[in-house]
Amino acid sequence: MGNGTRRDSGGNSTSRDVVAGNGLLHRRALLGSGLMLAGAASTGVGLTGAAAEPLKDEPWMVDLGDVTPALQTPSKFEKHVVRTLSNPQNEMRTSHARTPHQMLNGTVTPNSLHFTINHSGVPEIDPGKHKLIIHGMVKQPLVFTLDTLSRYPLVTRMAFVECSGNSAPMFSNEPVQASAQALHGLVSNAEWTGVPLSVLLDEAGADRSAKWLVAEGADSMLLHRSVPMKKAYADALVAIYQNGERIMPGNGYPMRLLLPGYQGNMNVKFLRRIKVVDEPSLGVYEARTYSQTLPDGKAYRFHFLQEVKSFITHPSFGQTLKGPGYYDISGIAYSGNGRIARVMVSADGGKSWAEAALQGPVLPQAFTRFRMPWRWDGQPVVLQSRATDEAGNTQPLRAEFVAVRGETKKPVASPLGFPNQHYNSLTSWGIDSSGSIKHVYA
Amino acid sequence: MSTRSALLTVAALALASPALAETPGLGTPITEADIAPWDVTAFPSGAGLPSGSGNAVQGAKVFAEKCAVCHGDGAKGGPVHRNPMFGGRPLTDGIDTPKTIGNFWGHATTVFDFTRRGMPFNQPRQNLTMDEIYATTAYLLFLNKIIGETEEMNAKTLPQVKMPNRDNFIIRFPDRI
Repeated sequence: MGNGTRRDSGGNSTSRDVVAGNGLLHRRALLGSGLMLAGAASTGVGLTGAAAEPLKDEPWMVDLGDVTPALQTPSKFEKHVVRTLSNPQNEMRTSHARTPHQMLNGTVTPNSLHFTINHSGVPEIDPGKHKLIIHGMVKQPLVFTLDTLSRYPLVTRMAFVECSGNSAPMFSNEPVQASAQALHGLVSNAEWTGVPLSVLLDEAGADRSAKWLVAEGADSMLLHRSVPMKKAYADALVAIYQNGERIMPGNGYPMRLLLPGYQGNMNVKFLRRIKVVDEPSLGVYEARTYSQTLPDGKAYRFHFLQEVKSFITHPSFGQTLKGPGYYDISGIAYSGNGRIARVMVSADGGKSWAEAALQGPVLPQAFTRFRMPWRWDGQPVVLQSRATDEAGNTQPLRAEFVAVRGETKKPVASPLGFPNQHYNSLTSWGIDSSGSIKHVYA
Repeated sequence: MSTRSALLTVAALALASPALAETPGLGTPITEADIAPWDVTAFPSGAGLPSGSGNAVQGAKVFAEKCAVCHGDGAKGGPVHRNPMFGGRPLTDGIDTPKTIGNFWGHATTVFDFTRRGMPFNQPRQNLTMDEIYATTAYLLFLNKIIGETEEMNAKTLPQVKMPNRDNFIIRFPDRI
């Protein structure tokens, strides 16, 4: 279907709306433009008036509906919207469950689909027996329970949590053919409610000269991480609710540390102990796993921040465009440094860019949904997004990123591998004229 | 809140005595002695290391008996933990070079800490004495050619072990510490 048809259909985008190569339209085309949406519908189904099948009542329109359940679950027609598992048999190794970003929209990750990584299985914790101890360089070591913490003035905020190994397959020297879920499924975004850690530290009389705390979980390996007291006093929460309900077992039930914008692994789950200390513990996760080898053989340590990042979820790998016409490009942007300031989108592999619309409210250290109206002419394109945060950090181009952080010498065989950590360069989706989508580097 | 009322609030808080009266104060006091069973973290300075000792000769026996089932004979890699626990290519070989105690780990205390809190994987903190943990730590350091076979590892000697890669780390965000 050509451009002329759509223009004739009335009030659709015109050439003056095109703001960048390969059909990116000005974001005003999104905002309150019923005409644009009408155009989209008409281009999708054609204008020939072929919908001749007479309307009839379907069974669910005449039969009584099912029982209303106490705990509701998604429609049976949405059973494919699940996390992908790296260790479904619970073998003696780490288990990952990845969020299906390409099948979700908005910014909140439902609790059942929030990513989780468990290094020694999901503990089944009796909340009545769980204890949180704060000790070390404090005037008075204290024990807290879920009941007592629930009586504190609680704070609610949105925050993404991202494994620093998220997007790790993109260290591959050749693009791994995998979905947004496989590549980027180790980040999710939720509303967390909890007690500011600073309140509890003050109650215990934490020594203000202490530089670190060591947070430890009640899982079988007592996973622990060192956290700067700076972060603890700035915005750390002991979270006890996730999207309004108690925290999911895999996300740290009954309480977890929330360090907005910091490596997921530092957001210690099943939190049982905080020791205020004057040196980092350099436990295995901070000293080995989450220290990143650089091309010159040195390694980063204390790479706390999850830096500015974005990726397009619609359209993306695994989906197919059904012919030329209007599409809503959308995706997720976030930064450990604060709010997203801007997301630029390209449809020509970075030759030209246009600014996407940001769906408000734009919150710090949280997902921001961006949208970009697009009229595809059916020719091959490469879609990319590039975010900038309020601190002025912009996602590095791939060449810039690889120059500093390197890439593998051989293609990474599986998207489940972790050749390195902390990837925040661009994601590029190459769409051919048949509408099928590949992961490409551009 | 206006500046004036904010200032009044600050003044009120400052006058409150004790200073923490405005928070619920629902924590229950506990002594460090009562926390000791949970206080398992070993620090690079040696803080937190328990009494006990062991060397690589003793460690080889412990390893064969309690660790090799997952890590393989001689820590060469086994059915669960497939990578060898020693040696390793130089890190300049690539950003995905497998990390070993010898080519990567910066502190010997990390070996002790990880073993003490999490090993054996399916029976953590039930199956190894402190002497056995010092001994297996010594064995792994010996296999990595970092200490001698009969060198005694204990709370005093372990933090003094100079790891080969210790000085190759760059603090990524020093201003955040």
